[in-house]
Amino acid sequence: MIPGEAASNLPPGRSYHDMGGLPAGPVEPAEHNYAPWEKRVDALMVLLSGPRRNLLKVDELRRNIEGLGARAYDSMSYYERWMAAVSAILIERGVIAIDELGRKMSEIEAQYREATPP
Amino acid sequence: MTRVATVPEFAPRYRAGDAVRVRRAAPPGHMRTPWYIRGQAGVVERLCGTFGNPEELAYNRSGEPRQPLYRIRFGQAAVWRDYAGPERDTIDVEIYQHWLEPVEPASNPGSPAEKAPR
Repeated sequence: MIPGEAASNLPPGRSYHDMGGLPAGPVEPAEHNYAPWEKRVDALMVLLSGPRRNLLKVDELRRNIEGLGARAYDSMSYYERWMAAVSAILIERGVIAIDELGRKMSEIEAQYREATPP
Repeated sequence: MTRVATVPEFAPRYRAGDAVRVRRAAPPGHMRTPWYIRGQAGVVERLCGTFGNPEELAYNRSGEPRQPLYRIRFGQAAVWRDYAGPERDTIDVEIYQHWLEPVEPASNPGSPAEKAPR
């Protein structure tokens, strides 16, 4: 199945992520290693949702992931979806400034481009 | 701000063995009731406990009144069109109380008579 193809065939009200019973290809049960940034995203979520900070609820995380839209849902990896949702929640909650996040993202992108030969 | 006093949680309305049907509804937001099970009839297997309502928590609200959560058992042959396995196969899905409505004891969930055209 072409990613995103199923979205147009869903009945009204059925969310794209809610795919139980729809064709989605085989499940690959293989274990794989996580990149350091993925582990960091996981840790970030645990720390933000813990009782000490209470800056994020896992249900908020789910709502944001489910609201990414079919194209983003298919093209992003698991922890990319988490990161997009965490960013959206922290903006909504007023924890981080949008401009501050945008500048930091540009800075890291520039560092990455310098470190990666074309 | 003063809020109208409300119950912190709803009392369980169903017991193990009760016949129930999952409501057919499609409200916006984060739902824990999978699409494929909406409208299906099953039997309460057990009460799992009472938890903050995830649909409310998804918007950073209190999640109160907390909702009883049940494990509901459905007949696989009734849920899936063209189910190829044995007629006695079942599937358990955990459903919050506000998604359930009682079914008259006369109807037998999972029996061929219960199969709704899809």
